[in-house]
Amino acid sequence: MPEKKDIVVRTVGVTKNFMLGRIELQVLKGIDLEINQGEYISIMGPSGSGKTTLFNMIGGLDKPSNGRVYIDEVDVAQLDAFELAWLRCRKIGYIFQTFNLIPVMTALENVTLPMIFAGTSHDESVDKGRQLLELVGLGERILHKPFELSGGQQQRVAIARAFANSPAIILADEPTGNLDLKTGKEIIGLLKEMNRKQGVSVITATHDLKMLDISDRVIWIRDGQVERIENRADLNIQVGAVEGE
Amino acid sequence: MAKKIGKQLSLPKSEAFKMSLRNIRIRFGRALVVSSSVFLGVAFLMSILTSSTITSALLKNGPDAIRLSLSVDASDYMARNIWLVSLSLLVCVVGITNSMLMAVSERSREIGTMKCLGALNRFIMEIFLIESALQGLVGSLAGGLVGALAIIISFFFRYGGQIAPYVPYFSILKVFIFSVVLGTVIAIVGAIYPTYLSARLEPAEAIRREV
Ligand SMILES: Nc1ncnc2c1ncn2[C@@H]1O[C@H](COP(=O)(O)OP(=O)(O)OP(=O)(O)O)[C@@H](O)[C@H]1O
Ligand SMILES: [Mg+2]
Repeated sequence: MPEKKDIVVRTVGVTKNFMLGRIELQVLKGIDLEINQGEYISIMGPSGSGKTTLFNMIGGLDKPSNGRVYIDEVDVAQLDAFELAWLRCRKIGYIFQTFNLIPVMTALENVTLPMIFAGTSHDESVDKGRQLLELVGLGERILHKPFELSGGQQQRVAIARAFANSPAIILADEPTGNLDLKTGKEIIGLLKEMNRKQGVSVITATHDLKMLDISDRVIWIRDGQVERIENRADLNIQVGAVEGE
Repeated sequence: MAKKIGKQLSLPKSEAFKMSLRNIRIRFGRALVVSSSVFLGVAFLMSILTSSTITSALLKNGPDAIRLSLSVDASDYMARNIWLVSLSLLVCVVGITNSMLMAVSERSREIGTMKCLGALNRFIMEIFLIESALQGLVGSLAGGLVGALAIIISFFFRYGGQIAPYVPYFSILKVFIFSVVLGTVIAIVGAIYPTYLSARLEPAEAIRREV
């Protein structure tokens, strides 16, 4: 196998169709991507272009209609239910636009839940949960329920949760979509910091041009296809132009 | 390849239990629906079982006057009552299924999220089934008590204190336990299908699904 060690995510000709009544809607039209370990990737594209759908494929949250997704060079389609759950638990951390915290659990319980699934002992997971919540600046609020927290704070909890089992990949679908500008910036800063310090690959979908600044590469999606991929170097000019307008 | 992907995931029973309890506490209204549905079914079941237990005890050992007045229609009643009880328990299952269908669809996003965090379908089922079982247990304990007491009291009203030595309390306790177990099992059975439906959804679909 021509294994390049550092490719964490590879998609080959991924398509996804949805049945809308009797009409088949092709949302992804053959996506080929390679994402390296430690990269910070932004996926940009207009609303409805298929970003969330692509995320679900990469994260093993849904099955592609055609094509293959490899995580760490393992074909996700070949995994059984246990391995797939393990992958979601240990390899990938998910962050959603709508936070998706478990409403009846405290911040700390939300963060320890994936560790419980992973078989970590209670004490150990509580310790790590505290650390993570401190890291995202919520050390004081670990016993609060999601509805007692602001949007930005909830998203911080979600970030702490995503990092609970030290994943190799963070998938963040519009993590700042429901936040104001300043909070959004803080969240992005947090993700970037984790990315730099822990070498986690971060893949975010966004409409948020602030994201471009810190991305290693930007993947532009349009109409279910990769329109273009830009490296950091080419980007600076672009971002300058965007900010100038 | 195999070295990279593991399989070992766990949800200790104590954790599942804690989650279920918390869900019941917080969504108390919903829990009451299941509990009261089981309550009604089991109260009916228990009243019939208690009644027939007492009747047969009286027929065997009771004073002659009472035996005569009872023997007329006892067996006839039995057949019809079994039929009625079965129907009511069936209705009970349908009610629970319906209520659980709503509960799981309300919590679809939560289920999807848990699956993203590594929950196996089995974990989801466990949490919901424990929840339903607890609701069923509470409902059937209350239903069993109420059903039994109502019948015992009505017997005393009808025949007076003279039957006191003949009331078979131990047999009533046995049918009580039977009814409680049955009520709990019914709550679990009613919850299996809705829980299974939602647990096997792909996480993306579960999260997307709005109520
Ligand atoms: N489960 C589904 N069933 C039917 N159609 C779907 C489903 N999921 C997505 N779609 C359709 O696929 C298209 C792409 O959706 P997707 O959510 O991937 O877009 P997006 O790029 O994430 O948009 P946004 O930026 O608004 O989040 C949309 O037209 C949507 O209606
Ligand atoms: Mg989206």
